[in-house]
Amino acid sequence: MKMVVAIIRHEKLQEVQDVLDECGVSGVTVTEVKGCGAERGYTEKYRGAAVHISLRPRLKVEAVMQGEIVKTVVDKLAAAARTGEVGDGKIFVIGVEDAVRIRTGEHGEDTVRHGARAMWGH
Amino acid sequence: MTQEATFDFVIPARFGPGPGSPRLRGITAVLTREETALPKSPYRFANPFHNARTALWLGLLTVAVAAVLPVTALADDTSAAQAAGVGSDTVWVVVAACFVMFMQAGFAMLEVGFSRMKNVGTVVAKVVTNLSVSSLAYWAVGFGFAFGAGSIFAFIGGSGFFPTFSPGSQLDLPAINFSTSPASAKWFFEFVFCAVSLAIVWGTMIERTKFIVYILFGIPFAAFIYPLISHQLFGGGFLQATLGSQDFAGSTVVHLTGATAGFAGLLLLGPRIGKYEKGRSNAIPGHNMPLAQLGVLILWFGWFGFNPGSTLNATNLHFADVAVVTNLAAAGGAVAALMTIYAITKTMDVGMIGNGAIAALVAITAPSGYVEPWAAIVIGAVAGVIVVVGVLALDKYLDDPVGALPAHGLAGIWGTLSCGLFTVPALAKFNGVGQGGLFYTGSFHQLGAQAIAVAASFITVFVLSYALFWVIRKTVGLRVSAGEEIEGLDISEHGMWGYPESFMPVPGGVYRQPDTPTVNPHRPEPVGGAARREGSPA
Repeated sequence: MKMVVAIIRHEKLQEVQDVLDECGVSGVTVTEVKGCGAERGYTEKYRGAAVHISLRPRLKVEAVMQGEIVKTVVDKLAAAARTGEVGDGKIFVIGVEDAVRIRTGEHGEDTVRHGARAMWGH
Repeated sequence: MTQEATFDFVIPARFGPGPGSPRLRGITAVLTREETALPKSPYRFANPFHNARTALWLGLLTVAVAAVLPVTALADDTSAAQAAGVGSDTVWVVVAACFVMFMQAGFAMLEVGFSRMKNVGTVVAKVVTNLSVSSLAYWAVGFGFAFGAGSIFAFIGGSGFFPTFSPGSQLDLPAINFSTSPASAKWFFEFVFCAVSLAIVWGTMIERTKFIVYILFGIPFAAFIYPLISHQLFGGGFLQATLGSQDFAGSTVVHLTGATAGFAGLLLLGPRIGKYEKGRSNAIPGHNMPLAQLGVLILWFGWFGFNPGSTLNATNLHFADVAVVTNLAAAGGAVAALMTIYAITKTMDVGMIGNGAIAALVAITAPSGYVEPWAAIVIGAVAGVIVVVGVLALDKYLDDPVGALPAHGLAGIWGTLSCGLFTVPALAKFNGVGQGGLFYTGSFHQLGAQAIAVAASFITVFVLSYALFWVIRKTVGLRVSAGEEIEGLDISEHGMWGYPESFMPVPGGVYRQPDTPTVNPHRPEPVGGAARREGSPA
């Protein structure tokens, strides 16, 4: 099992969710975050005074999935979140030891497989 | 049985009234009391000057009052009453105008509430800028076109440009000469109407319009387009004077005009990114419903200046009736909108209730001086239904974030037409415009006059506005780029957000200046500069 952590632009969320959906990833967690990468902020003016905006708002998308689909998901996700400009974000892949479905007590990969794709409207 | 008693204070030559005493007229107290309670005295009234000290104080007091009051007010009793009448008329007109000016805050909050967080700073900046540029343009030429006398008066006015005022001065304003308030009061009152009309234009176009467009369109709108319609229905033009079309406070003049201009702009502007996908209409929820409803309530409040103030007169007391009629209509509209949206969607939609109240207020604007309370409730309720059905229907094709087209356009049309149905003949006579409506007279005459006014105004405003927006689109452009729209107009047009802290790294933090210059990648290039950012997401 792997966890994909993607830092993306706000406006790309819908497309990223569509990709996860398409690949059969069952769940996703989205957090509003602030951070910086290669783009080291920029300057704005607030009532005439310069303000250095060092951290930019982005979304952090976290999804756990079976190991065999990670490569497909990451490739598609990168394509979906891309605008070609500085600040498109990053994708990290992390190993996951176990997963538990709290309601049933199940363990393992089955808990992160997409059981009912119809629920997503596909 | 009552009797009026008038006390004339008299300045004695020496502590007593005499035949040659200079009478200080004008200071009169009018009492109403039972006849039997009047003192039976050989003198008409008890002499207040029997006591020397009292007489001295009264004498000093009257001299002091006489020194303070304007001479004209003391000329005689009649002119004193007139002066008091002029004073109360003027106070009412100016206070009502201030109410209407406060409606700008209502429009600002309504648009802010229905916008996303990234596009709210630009709304308030726009409202203040528009109010200011329309002030200048309306003072320069707008008022003269709307109300001045002129050789082609049936078409447009032509005097009173760049007006100057002195205390109590009048201008040659043929259609509103009936009001005793001075020209400056009339100017102010008519100007704030113009500003409201301009504010209505932008409700359809928020979240993607370039800021400069607000100025480029606002100036000619306040200088010519609005005054043209205002002259026709307020200023004694053909529609009002010859045809007898009734529009008491501007369902057509202010609201339909603003909404029509907004409609023309919207057709050239197009929807926001993401509104229509795969043939479906997506919701783009605003960020703050309490602010939107605060806007509704401020507008409702402002309407008590808008309609009752349009009497331009306090002394005939008609304004109080208009206030009641206005409130009843708004109440009917909100309730009807609530029932309608619940019947259709089974939710009591927060925004729709407010839209219903606004639509009802728009609708009652034209008939407010002409109808009875029961009719006001009917007019308001119908408007409440119109706005809900209108929003749901128009949203499939036109991206109108605040619902201005149904609330100001459709309800404005309905309100203007409703005069042709509900106008009380006696009130038509009282206001001196047109005649009674269908339900009182059985005649379609007034309804026809109303329909012509609506059609003529709509076509005129649409053609002029479309042409103006078309020219603006061809020259400087109406829309921001896709990248700027996604980033938000606050940051891309103004370099700062409406809610700065929520977008900054740490709310409440202190921000040091950069050690090396950095640039905002989202700031648009200067006009005529290098090409815009490439590959902006769309």
